[in-house]
Amino acid sequence: MLVLTCPCCGAAAEETELAPGGEAHIARVGPGADAEAFEAYLFHRKNPKGVHFERWRHAHGCGKWFHAARNTVTLEVYGTYPAQTPEPPRELLDKIAARVPGFAWEGRA
Amino acid sequence: MKRYSAFAIAREAASYHEGWEKAWASPEPKARYDVIVVGAGGHGLATAYYLGKNHGVRNVAVIEKGWLGGGNTGRNTTIIRSNYLQDPSAAIFEKARSLYDGLSQDLNYNVMFSPRGCLMLAQSEHEARGWKRTAAANVLQGIDTEYVDAKRVKEIVPIINIDGPRYPVLGALWQKRGGTARHDAVAWGYARACSAMGIDIIQQCEVTAVRQKAGKVTGIETTKGAIDCGKLAIVVAGHSGVLAEMAGFRLPIESVALQALVSEPIKPVIDTVVMANTVHGYMSQSDKGELVIGGGADGFNNYTQRGSFQHVEDTIRALIETFPIISRLKMLRQWGGIVDMTGDRSPILSKTPLGNCFINCGWGTGGFKAIPGSGWAMAELVAKGEPGPLAAEFGLDRFGAGRFVDESVAAGVAH
Repeated sequence: MLVLTCPCCGAAAEETELAPGGEAHIARVGPGADAEAFEAYLFHRKNPKGVHFERWRHAHGCGKWFHAARNTVTLEVYGTYPAQTPEPPRELLDKIAARVPGFAWEGRA
Repeated sequence: MKRYSAFAIAREAASYHEGWEKAWASPEPKARYDVIVVGAGGHGLATAYYLGKNHGVRNVAVIEKGWLGGGNTGRNTTIIRSNYLQDPSAAIFEKARSLYDGLSQDLNYNVMFSPRGCLMLAQSEHEARGWKRTAAANVLQGIDTEYVDAKRVKEIVPIINIDGPRYPVLGALWQKRGGTARHDAVAWGYARACSAMGIDIIQQCEVTAVRQKAGKVTGIETTKGAIDCGKLAIVVAGHSGVLAEMAGFRLPIESVALQALVSEPIKPVIDTVVMANTVHGYMSQSDKGELVIGGGADGFNNYTQRGSFQHVEDTIRALIETFPIISRLKMLRQWGGIVDMTGDRSPILSKTPLGNCFINCGWGTGGFKAIPGSGWAMAELVAKGEPGPLAAEFGLDRFGAGRFVDESVAAGVAH
């Protein structure tokens, strides 16, 4: 079972305690953006086979949203961090790069 | 290809059954094909079959990373039905169901289609209202379904407990012509029929890149070398995102794990398919006597082909109340498949931003039942370059246009 440590309350939360919220770091398109950009913002997803940055909510705990870096093939959890950040923390990216050959942060979607 | 028949069995018996040929050939890839279909699951093989049969396009290769039918085609709960709310879904799923009717004869391969009927339980007032609405929509679509009350459900499935208390049965949507088929046989039958038409099925061959020139696809790179093609059809379900990335576009799809399990074999207790959408559980009995049980999908992106344990627990807990008779059964096997979910829970059969490249994906948790109809519509799209009536509403452009085929609302859950 997936166990994610909630960065808000510190609890090691099991999967049943959490609600998945999909891909993280999707930049909202600005005012005046064209229809295609808005479509991509709403619907298009990276859906990677490998490292995935995603949103979770500690639904049956503190109730707060947070982010996690997880591998969709091995289910390895690299770490969790607060949702109030536009990009994953540097040390987490370094940790993933050390674990996954060829990994590079592509920036926000 | 030697035809299968009772006479053939007698003839082959004379030579101690040593003369049977392989059901399909395993050729090395040629340098170029008119059409390459990526993915030798049911949908990919059906696409190739109808390309050859309906459109006369036979210089076709079906490329498969693993072995044919080894993905979701071999991992589903084999349910076939077409009781959908939205017109475009009803049309393509009913096309598939009606093709299943004569598929064994068409392919000369016994796919063991068993139209044993499919019951979708209503276990809340909302669901009862929803199924009544679907039954009315099905009348207009010319699909044979009816809403039946709890008493009739009990007559159809004597082992069911309709009293609850957690999940009482209020009624059900009953499609008599729904049922099950042998999932492997569907893949094998299509593969054999494709091979007989001269279509190459190339297994153990993974696509590593999609080559393009001036916005059009020119071929693919594979672990067995480069292959040129006129047109490319991507039919790879859970891995659609991976192929789309190679081709240079993104999809409105996320891949999650969906799981199923079977019990130890017991004597016949249920001769129909029962689906309980409220509790994410569905059950039928295989010819071997195993109860085949499907569960809910995980909510997070997952490529592991195994699901979370609590979904098994949730499904079983609910089904035990509905079917008390199964409470002491041992479960034999559990497995998962990667399903490609779209936002509106409807499939994508579409042209793509890359010229001459077409995609068939997004069948999510309900692809098996659609195989013949999906292949039929996809073959038309690939052959003509434009979608026919069955595929027209399932284009990629529907997301931007807000023209959803919203089965996620209609079904509420996995369907």
